[in-house]
Amino acid sequence: MSTESEGVQALSGEQAVPLGRIPTKQRLAISRQTMPERGAEARSHTFDEVNLGFNAQIALLEAQRCLLCKQPHCVKGCPVGVDIPAFISRVAEGDLAGAAERLMACNTLPGVTGRVCPQETQCEGQCPRGATLRGVTGQPVGIGYLERYVADWAAVNVTGIPEPAPSSGRRVAVVGSGPAGLTAAGELVKHGHDVTVFEAFHSPGGVLVYGIPEFRLPKEIVHREVDRLVKQGVRIEYNAIIGRTFTLPELRKDYDAVFVAVGAGLPVFMDVPGENLKGVYSANEYLTRVNLMGAWMPDGETPVLSGKRVAVVGGGNVAMDAVRTARRLGAKDAVIVYRRSRAELPARAEEVHHAEQEGVRFDFLTAPLRVVGDDSRWVTGLECRRMELGEPDASGRRRPVPVEGSEFVLPCDTVVVAIGTRANPLLTSTAPDLNLNRWGYIETDDEGHSSMPGVFAGGDIVRGAATVILAMGDGKRVSGAIHRYLEGLPVS
Amino acid sequence: MHKIREKAQLSPNVTRLVVDAPRIAEVRRPGQFVIVRKGPGAERIPLTIVDVDREAGTISLVIQAVGKSTYDLVGLAEGDVITDVAGPLGRPTDLLASGHAVCVGGGVGTAVIWPIAQALAASGVEVTSVIGGRSREWVILEKELRTTGEVIVCTDDGSYGRKGFVTTALDEVCREGGVDEVFAVGPVPMMRACSEVTRPFGVKTTVSLNSIMLDGTGMCGGCRVSIDGASQYACVDGPEFDGHLVDFDSLSDRLTTYREFEQEALARRLACQEA
Repeated sequence: MSTESEGVQALSGEQAVPLGRIPTKQRLAISRQTMPERGAEARSHTFDEVNLGFNAQIALLEAQRCLLCKQPHCVKGCPVGVDIPAFISRVAEGDLAGAAERLMACNTLPGVTGRVCPQETQCEGQCPRGATLRGVTGQPVGIGYLERYVADWAAVNVTGIPEPAPSSGRRVAVVGSGPAGLTAAGELVKHGHDVTVFEAFHSPGGVLVYGIPEFRLPKEIVHREVDRLVKQGVRIEYNAIIGRTFTLPELRKDYDAVFVAVGAGLPVFMDVPGENLKGVYSANEYLTRVNLMGAWMPDGETPVLSGKRVAVVGGGNVAMDAVRTARRLGAKDAVIVYRRSRAELPARAEEVHHAEQEGVRFDFLTAPLRVVGDDSRWVTGLECRRMELGEPDASGRRRPVPVEGSEFVLPCDTVVVAIGTRANPLLTSTAPDLNLNRWGYIETDDEGHSSMPGVFAGGDIVRGAATVILAMGDGKRVSGAIHRYLEGLPVS
Repeated sequence: MHKIREKAQLSPNVTRLVVDAPRIAEVRRPGQFVIVRKGPGAERIPLTIVDVDREAGTISLVIQAVGKSTYDLVGLAEGDVITDVAGPLGRPTDLLASGHAVCVGGGVGTAVIWPIAQALAASGVEVTSVIGGRSREWVILEKELRTTGEVIVCTDDGSYGRKGFVTTALDEVCREGGVDEVFAVGPVPMMRACSEVTRPFGVKTTVSLNSIMLDGTGMCGGCRVSIDGASQYACVDGPEFDGHLVDFDSLSDRLTTYREFEQEALARRLACQEA
């Protein structure tokens, strides 16, 4: 950006100094540090993490950019309310242990959020350094990058576990070990409650593990954050499918409170002819095979079709994850098929940018009509139609309307459908007293309390498909309500 | 961790494992299955729960060794452990309350039929079982099924029971009349053929579909099958469906998706074994 002269370094050099001692003018002169990345060509063939992380020197410079606003809007932009100026100022002072302490007091999964949060619409979106002045847009403090830096430092350097809180004598069941469930478990255990997490899969993390690819969020990061929770006393029961292995009413009987955070669950298909041909995947299946089951690894026992020409339908973050995965599995041609235009892409700008760098193609204003197959029922193409944008629809986005006579076949051998998910009825169908909305999501009050006393819910099973950090925000907010509920229970 | 309590060979490539799974033993109903992962790195594979012993806290799994993962499982010994057993999954069998049911089992499918026949007989339904295999040593669970009613055994080569396919015997039983429902489980061509046998008689025919699964909770959609023209998930809407409405072509075709991969994995495993 032209307002920030590249050459200017912090006058403090590489020395850690309390932020207050660096004049604001000097801090303003430091430009936003770029995240070191693996080269686009190299990384499009490997599952190694794309972003490499700050080193101490870059982190120090970035931290010195913080203006320590009296009214820190960034904190308001954070769904879990991290005290951002407090941790960043400690980074600037070289007190990384202090920074980690402040960060982790508010955030159970900082290594995760530092990597996958859409900071540009949350904390960083509120940073005054990102404001537009005289028509020029500034660059917010790299809060997410610093969060990641501190979390990764703490993973190596902070081995101690906080003193366990005295036992409250209350038992809480958390259903699902995704971002909402893990966050709630971490908060509840801090209050001294006895927490058991029920996970349907054989491994913890939910969407963090089955959905988000290794190159964006290494599984090791998730496992280390889960390990910390386990050390703090959280128990995890694997292969426990609520709705099958146990029902929700059974759990409610055995626990003082239940937090349901099972995620959105069911894949949505396009409902076009040819969707059962070999080579058509839901994004859930494609990503689960690769991420959770490790199909990308040379010794992976779970197969996945590694198509040479892969079409991914959809424009969200999941579509970007799928199409970038396809490139890494060896696709020569990996293309996003999206019925609206670039401006409407719901994916994060960084994901779109990374995908483009890695050679992903984008077919905008294109809607699938049917999947085409050969005599052996393998996919050979995706018949599509061009669209143009008409009047705005209920969502405020311009509605795509078909261009007559524009049908064409996009040649491909694999189709991944990433157009969203619906509520999974497996758990809710075994709980007749649980009120659902008309889409099957759980209805709760503002505190996350459902129609079943003592049963709370949060994350995608309440709000529909959203982001990791919003699910974590729910986990944090609702765990507060659960704690207050438990405190109000009569002493047994 | 699920310890293997007993292991028995039922036919040249079919093994029964009795494993610890107390909660599943407690709540499982006939028709349900589990997803098993032998250990770290292994595939998740769906297996029918053939029997349970609630007091012992065990479930019986019957496994046909056809690929690397199933070979690995049947290669385990008594006392070994299976890391993950998730379930019970799927909808339980919709059992008729009275009348006459014919239970048809082909090969390892007989293991799926057995708990259904058992439950039907226990509720007073008259059960006739028709079971088949290539030859005598491929016929399984005959003795167990005899406790539920009449058993007609068919072998392709005539080495035991009647010579011929189960469909011929099923046709004869249907001709005699009075059949209220047929349960048919086995290889896809056998289930398709059984459904075609019963169609002219208008007898309700239930089949159990073994499509490719990952999670077993409806999350991946990989097990989708076409039932009366609409997609349904074998893991949560099934595994049992009306055989007269199943698109068997699509099912058998989708089952071949990973054939190349499976053959390679098996070849590698067998090569390692020899080395």
